[in-house]
Amino acid sequence: MKTIEKRTREPLFHVVKRDSLPVWKGMLIRVIAVVAAILLCALLSVIMLENVDPIKFVTTLFDGAIGSQRRLWKLAKDTAVLLCISLAVTPAFRMKFWNIGAEGQTLVGALASVAVAYYLGGKMPEPLLLVLMLVASVAAGAVWGGLPALCKAKWNTNETLFTLMMNYVATGLVAYFLALWCPSNGSVLGRLDFGHLPVVLHEYFLLIVVTLVLTAIVYVYLHYTKHGYEISVVGESENTARYIGINVGKVIVRTMIVSGAICGLAGFLIVGALDHSITTTSVGGLGFTAIMVSWLAKFNPLIMVGTSLFITFLQQGCAEIGSAVDPSFPNIIVGIVLFFIIGCEFFIGYKLQFRKFPKKGGRAS
Amino acid sequence: MSKPIALQTKGVTKRFGSVVANNNVDLCVHRGEILAILGENGCGKTTLMNMIAGIYYPDSGSILVDGEEVVIRSPKDAFRHGIGMIHQHFKLVDLFTAAENIVLGVDDGKKYNIKEVNARVAKIAEKYGFHVDPKKKIYEMSVSEKQTVEILKVLYRGADILILDEPSAVLTPQETDKLFDVLRRMREDGKSILIITHKLHEVMAISDRVAVLRKGEHIATVETARTSPAELTEMMVGKKVALNIDRPLPHDVRDRLVIKGLSMTDAEGVRILDDITFTAKAGEILGIAGIAGSGQRELLESIAGLHHLQDGSITYYNPKKDKPITFYHKSFERVMELAGEGMLRYVDGREFTGKDEQGRALSRKTICAQVEAGVILFKDDEVINLREKTPLQIRELGVRLSFVPEDRLGMGLVGNMDIVDNMMLRSYRRGQSVFVDRKKPGDLAHTIVHDLEVVTPSTHTPVRRLSGGNVQKVLVGREIAAAPTVLMAAYPVRGLDINSSYTIYNLLTEQKERGVAVVFVGEDLDVLLELCDRILVICAGRVTGVLDARNATKEEIGLLMTGDRESSDAETDKKEE
Repeated sequence: MKTIEKRTREPLFHVVKRDSLPVWKGMLIRVIAVVAAILLCALLSVIMLENVDPIKFVTTLFDGAIGSQRRLWKLAKDTAVLLCISLAVTPAFRMKFWNIGAEGQTLVGALASVAVAYYLGGKMPEPLLLVLMLVASVAAGAVWGGLPALCKAKWNTNETLFTLMMNYVATGLVAYFLALWCPSNGSVLGRLDFGHLPVVLHEYFLLIVVTLVLTAIVYVYLHYTKHGYEISVVGESENTARYIGINVGKVIVRTMIVSGAICGLAGFLIVGALDHSITTTSVGGLGFTAIMVSWLAKFNPLIMVGTSLFITFLQQGCAEIGSAVDPSFPNIIVGIVLFFIIGCEFFIGYKLQFRKFPKKGGRAS
Repeated sequence: MSKPIALQTKGVTKRFGSVVANNNVDLCVHRGEILAILGENGCGKTTLMNMIAGIYYPDSGSILVDGEEVVIRSPKDAFRHGIGMIHQHFKLVDLFTAAENIVLGVDDGKKYNIKEVNARVAKIAEKYGFHVDPKKKIYEMSVSEKQTVEILKVLYRGADILILDEPSAVLTPQETDKLFDVLRRMREDGKSILIITHKLHEVMAISDRVAVLRKGEHIATVETARTSPAELTEMMVGKKVALNIDRPLPHDVRDRLVIKGLSMTDAEGVRILDDITFTAKAGEILGIAGIAGSGQRELLESIAGLHHLQDGSITYYNPKKDKPITFYHKSFERVMELAGEGMLRYVDGREFTGKDEQGRALSRKTICAQVEAGVILFKDDEVINLREKTPLQIRELGVRLSFVPEDRLGMGLVGNMDIVDNMMLRSYRRGQSVFVDRKKPGDLAHTIVHDLEVVTPSTHTPVRRLSGGNVQKVLVGREIAAAPTVLMAAYPVRGLDINSSYTIYNLLTEQKERGVAVVFVGEDLDVLLELCDRILVICAGRVTGVLDARNATKEEIGLLMTGDRESSDAETDKKEE
């Protein structure tokens, strides 16, 4: 009675949701993804760069990252700074407040520290100066983070755009002050003589300890306090939050102030423990890398120690391989690896079921 | 059966992760037949139909149309084989007319001519007895008209196998009858109709045969004329169940929550609630009936303090007469406020004013000690105005208002959190510590899992992994654990299997017996009539009647649901006195 114009074939494969995988299998998939990514990178380096073979690629990668004591310390230092900023963005992200302004929040924190050291350095005891720098940085970061949150809470502005714009304002502010302070020197601020954090054991040791302590604090804050609980509820469902009487706006503002304040702290550490100066690129994109660190760790501060170390390791190792040839090469490699890591999550959640061959029953012509 | 087989499934299986939605299902429908697909929620009815309609692809098994194996990869493929599905949620463009919606996406190679389409739609409508104007815009239509458009859309494309997913869920009894007439006419025309439902009386009324599914398995297909609701239920559930709800007579009834002239408009200025007046009484279940989306949800949310109201009052009578005031939720300031209103007395009968006999103000410490000792009592029931109070303020006033919202995982619970953390939602603020206490919620979680027989691997399982019935038990359990004086529940059995539904009905009745004012928004009129003491009917945000559930009939409620107020206005006023 009805003619069917066209036969359709069974699809080649279709996607099937997996049961929850055992933890080790999930980890295995991730390890395979990383290994596959590195192999691809090795292959790519052979094609793109001269004098590199896959074995040399891997050995250089490790050598560049952990090949000497100096490199080990550098790895630890860069990891610590990245981790500190990642910790800062995490409370906001758990609340699903897409704060991409960590870069700016850290930069104004650093600027506040430098300003305090520039104007008050030498006029008061060092410890007092350091405390003032810390307070100024934290406050500046908090304001930079709190402002977009306040507008979001009051007028439901878009936090992603707002925090992004605040980055540019922060960069502009730094450029302005640099021009103000050193007009004769091409707007380059020399190394400050005051406001240096004391060196304990090693010049990076204090920074690393502070970051690790902060990791523990943020972890406890998010998982065991009432504030942390409210953040999770607001992040998961604003309707639920309203239903149980949480003041959503208040939680958003409070959490972004915390987020910004930790960024400010990171800015203080960059100035007080490392650079003792500031440029418009003092944070160097870490505010954006931090988003990735936090996300890869599924917003768990303890796992973030690992993810920040991993990303820093890759960047430092790749810098050794390719920077001489092409400065963007390390970025390409990190991009490929991240693509594989994020992509493999699909295979953890789903599997592909292929068409079975051969098919029984007549399906001829 | 002499009629030829139109559609057949052979060994169709579909899994979602570890959940087997359909296992090896074999069923068939003939030409000119109405087949009811019956089963509890979550038994795989919709999944099976979605595979036939090309939304999902089966993991294994095959589908045959007119005896030939076909591959259906998309709804388009399904249409090519003459299969059309009418979903529960309508997929229509509001600004288009009925005919424009119907022709949307049809590619028959002909030039688009709306006049011709209008004529053709009108012809189909006339043939099957639909009442629809092809030129009417969707946004001007009632729910049942929209459904008609969906059905016409499928017929226009030449479908002769129609699948309807719970078509009566959004209709009044009268509208359902009309729909059934249309379906019968289609059957006479040789169409095959699959109708998904879990309402037994509909199965008996409309179908020729019934296919019963249970937990993804096809249990049996029986001829409707040779079966009974009891037998079908047994097949659905897998064991005999008693289908009656115990309804004790209310005792100690008194006003608990008095709503007067409540009005609310939404963000676009549309009036959602219009001058709603009713009283929820302690010791009684008040049912709220109405077509879905008539303002039931907003009404409960308004009482719970989630909306800004244009007008009206919500007055709560706290049954505190001769009971000691506690700091359970009340602040010191609230105690002093009540003292100022002359609401409090000592156990021995002296008035508590916050001052001693010489008229000197008592210290905060002394008063706190007296409150803790339980020697300060309420003189009378406390009267609290709840309008313009936030949920938090309501709780701080000591109003134990529990609310089971319609959207369980989007409002009542947090899907990604475990049972313990969900228990904390109501209580986490308690105490001065900055840290949360997970011990008491943990104990509560264990109690609820045990008492309500929640099926879960542990109390640390995210609630979104639980089945609908278990999610609801967790939510209702938590709300009841707060020892409410008012318990509001919106569609608490939606999506639940029969056993879980009866568990919930019993819990509500139990609360009523304890003197709680229960407000129950339901969709199944049979249940409302069996469970409730009084039924408030609303239509488009207005109260159209209050009925005594022991004497009312389904037809009466049905008429009020569609806004036939003529007979009801006087009655409403009388009953609300």
